[in-house]
Amino acid sequence: MGDYYKPEDLDRFGEVGKHNPVLFNKFLEWYNAALAPGVLTKREKALIGAAVAHAVQCPYCIDAYTKACLEEGMSLEHITEAVHVAAAIRGGASLVHAIQAHNAADALSL
Amino acid sequence: MQGAMKETEFSKKVLSARPGPLKALEIATLQVNIGYRCNLACKHCHLAAGSSRTEMMDRGTVDEVLRALSISPINILDITGGAPELNPNFRYLVKEARKLGRKVIARTNLSIFQEEGMDDLPRFYHENDVDLIASLPYYLENNVDRVRGIGTFRKSIAALQKLNSLGYGKGTGERNLNLVYNPPGALLPPAQNTLEYEYKRELKDRFDISFDRLFAITNMPIGRFREFLARTGNLEKYMHALVCAFNHRTLDDIMCRHLISVRWDGTLFDCDFNQALGLTVDSSVPAHIRDFDFARLSARLIAVDDHCFGCTAGSGST
Repeated sequence: MGDYYKPEDLDRFGEVGKHNPVLFNKFLEWYNAALAPGVLTKREKALIGAAVAHAVQCPYCIDAYTKACLEEGMSLEHITEAVHVAAAIRGGASLVHAIQAHNAADALSL
Repeated sequence: MQGAMKETEFSKKVLSARPGPLKALEIATLQVNIGYRCNLACKHCHLAAGSSRTEMMDRGTVDEVLRALSISPINILDITGGAPELNPNFRYLVKEARKLGRKVIARTNLSIFQEEGMDDLPRFYHENDVDLIASLPYYLENNVDRVRGIGTFRKSIAALQKLNSLGYGKGTGERNLNLVYNPPGALLPPAQNTLEYEYKRELKDRFDISFDRLFAITNMPIGRFREFLARTGNLEKYMHALVCAFNHRTLDDIMCRHLISVRWDGTLFDCDFNQALGLTVDSSVPAHIRDFDFARLSARLIAVDDHCFGCTAGSGST
């Protein structure tokens, strides 16, 4: 499993379009538009990208968005804080489901 | 070594973007490197400066520099090193250049103010109306100390606070205090204005420090930084990134076209980076400060090699 994610495979991302270029090109267009500066800056979007990369635990995205953050003049302090936000929301998302357990238990309990 | 006409990937790129090779314009700045000795040994230093370096400009060469200033219309003297303040002739050069009415810029690492015998430097700068370009690779301690050595950040912050108390960095157009950011590794720098905003906010909030402008520069793939790139397997990728980021618009205002660089021994170069590589000015023009000829040097061909991609990436680097 150590070689399951190969860094060089990120450069092969375009091959995903081989079997359905229409959908892949639609994805690329959407992706580039979503990442372009808008109300949010390029810098802010890079940090969001890093946080999401950790939340979805994508090694390629973690590499890419860590570099993007550093190239936007941010530091590991910025990235680590953002990862804590992502992790805290993930943790909170799990924890809030305890209410569902309470509801389910209440429904079954005397 | 002669490089002006040498065909490199960079020279080919230049010729694809403009009708002829890169030529100097009227020299506006005399940049003088008065020695490679430094109290720091930064990981990104293109000159590999440090405390063991002995190359220092002597008084005779300093006088040649002053003579070149006096016989030319060049208005700016830009003094660099190493830590230029460590040269015993530094203050003489500053004072004499000011007497000639020239604007003087010193490139300081800030931490030098806390070295023995240097505590009056801020006042010296103030009294002589010297503009400062100060290295501060980041506004957080860990990031700075990792690149420049433990304790450097706190010394730099104390120096900036002292300079502010003397009226530096107040946006008045006098006693300019400009900071320099460089990326913490094999990375390109961010947009300068975005980072300047962050620097200003963070330094004000954390340390009540103000400054005038931030220069976000690209690490040149030479010297200690090149060794780092090679050692970590990043050299090829970094060079590729620089080449891909080539911006032909930077060629109009690239710094080598507006300045001439003088080495500690008086040898002339197109920039401090060519100086680090020993890539001297074109052989058709004077090669030493003692033979300074403003008109001929202002029309020289620029010696280029592939490290020049560092100055043409993105918005350009000065």
